[in-house]
Amino acid sequence: MTIKEKQQAVIEEFSMFDEWLDKYAYLIELGKELPLIDEKYRTNQYLISGCQSRVWLHAGLKEGKMILTADSDAVITKGIVSLLIRVFSGFTPDEILASDFEFLNVIGLKEHLSPTRANGLQSMVKQITLYAKAFQLKSKSNK
Amino acid sequence: MIFDVKQIRKAFPVLEQKVNGKRLVYFDNAATTQKPVRVIHRVSRYYEEENSNVHRGVHHLSQVATDNFEQARRFVADYIHAQSAGEIIFTRGTTESINAVATVFSHLVNTGDEILVTAMEHHSNLVPWQQLCTRQKASLKVIPVNKKGELDIDQLGKMLTAKTKMLALAHVSNVLGTVNPVKEIVNLAHKKNIPVTIDGAQSIAHLPVDVSDMDCDFYAFSAHKAYGPMGIGVLYGKEKWLNQLPPYQFGGEMVDQVTLDTTTFNVLPYKFEAGTPNVAGALGMETALRFIRETGIDQIRKHEDEVLGYATEQLSLINGMQLIGRAKDKTAVLSFVVNGLHPYDLGTLLDQMGVAVRTGYHCAQPVVESFGLTGTLRASFGLYNTLEEVDIFVDALKRSINMLK
Repeated sequence: MTIKEKQQAVIEEFSMFDEWLDKYAYLIELGKELPLIDEKYRTNQYLISGCQSRVWLHAGLKEGKMILTADSDAVITKGIVSLLIRVFSGFTPDEILASDFEFLNVIGLKEHLSPTRANGLQSMVKQITLYAKAFQLKSKSNK
Repeated sequence: MIFDVKQIRKAFPVLEQKVNGKRLVYFDNAATTQKPVRVIHRVSRYYEEENSNVHRGVHHLSQVATDNFEQARRFVADYIHAQSAGEIIFTRGTTESINAVATVFSHLVNTGDEILVTAMEHHSNLVPWQQLCTRQKASLKVIPVNKKGELDIDQLGKMLTAKTKMLALAHVSNVLGTVNPVKEIVNLAHKKNIPVTIDGAQSIAHLPVDVSDMDCDFYAFSAHKAYGPMGIGVLYGKEKWLNQLPPYQFGGEMVDQVTLDTTTFNVLPYKFEAGTPNVAGALGMETALRFIRETGIDQIRKHEDEVLGYATEQLSLINGMQLIGRAKDKTAVLSFVVNGLHPYDLGTLLDQMGVAVRTGYHCAQPVVESFGLTGTLRASFGLYNTLEEVDIFVDALKRSINMLK
């Protein structure tokens, strides 16, 4: 599956819900799954700023593909984090940089990325992009 | 005059709207209050009919604007029982007011001096003093808050030393709702010749404010937390202080004579009002305070106590509920957390159900952290909130808790 296909799958899942509260109930379910990040990365070093709910993000490169793990202390944020990981983890930096985050808008969660929410999600999205750029530069300089 | 909340609500068009398809329950008044139509209309009318720059013109409109502006000032002086209108300085709000005091007090604070604040302060009554101490190499001392959210007055007394140059504290805490016994505290401070700055942001809409009775040296508040417009507030300062302190902003309006080399300053209060003031804001603020006076501050307090009491009682029945701030004397603010649940999650779900509360540190990180938390939910009430709204809120909260557990 490509990133676009994964995003489409998420959009289809969410289109099954008419009611906002059902959408959130689903997000909460997603968020309740096992922790998505290694305990050793749940530290200040990997903490993305967010003054209300905190987000930790770690990105590694394995065989040219970016592996993302992340966690949050708020369940709804964690649900959204799990969507981002599902969509973007396991792809090359180039593939990630070529895509966008519009699918969150389509499923009606864009408001959670607004700066006023101060929930670290917007920063996480930026950070994923920065990691991708950094890995891309690194692999170019290694060639 | 009978307090009729249904009648009062009619004056607030903003409350009629639906949020996410649900009726709006606005419980975020400590952040800002909604405005009655008369305030909105006063501001509009100013721009439609009276707008002109004040104090300088000889033409009719400028005279009207000036008269109305100065009348607003006199009204505020009367409302808070100041000795004279010269003690009322219009500012952008509480934050600017407190920053002004901290700035102009700089030269009176030296190495080794102390500034005393409390642990419950909003950042606007903490950071300016903290920065003053850093600049002047003075120490910031902090009066602790107990588990109930009250100040230990004996402890406070001990912390007022010969080195203390200012005591700054909130009249009412925006996180805990605690009403501090300011008159008693000012008295203690004055016995040791220590001036007191009071942050009145959370008090002006909820209880009577009498600066002469309190005898405080400075009192700051904002219009937008008292049914008035944003962008306008007041710094009250005793004349003896305002006369001896230097201005904090310079320019037009605050001057008397200007040459290229030197400038003399204007009399009070203009010495502290540089630039064109927010005239529309001042008129809106006057209208809002008149509205409060007409409704009756004692009636308002009684009504809000009832709403707060009911909400507190209903919340206490919920499993895992932890109420933050249980002072004996409280007003209009209810902070809480539910064990094991993140305030952000609860706040988000409440929003989906039309209930507006605030989550997080509420610009008072130290006090929230002193309870071992990284945030709370805060429901804060205004004169238009009802017991019925509390029922909707409690219901929505229970639903949200069930969704998250």
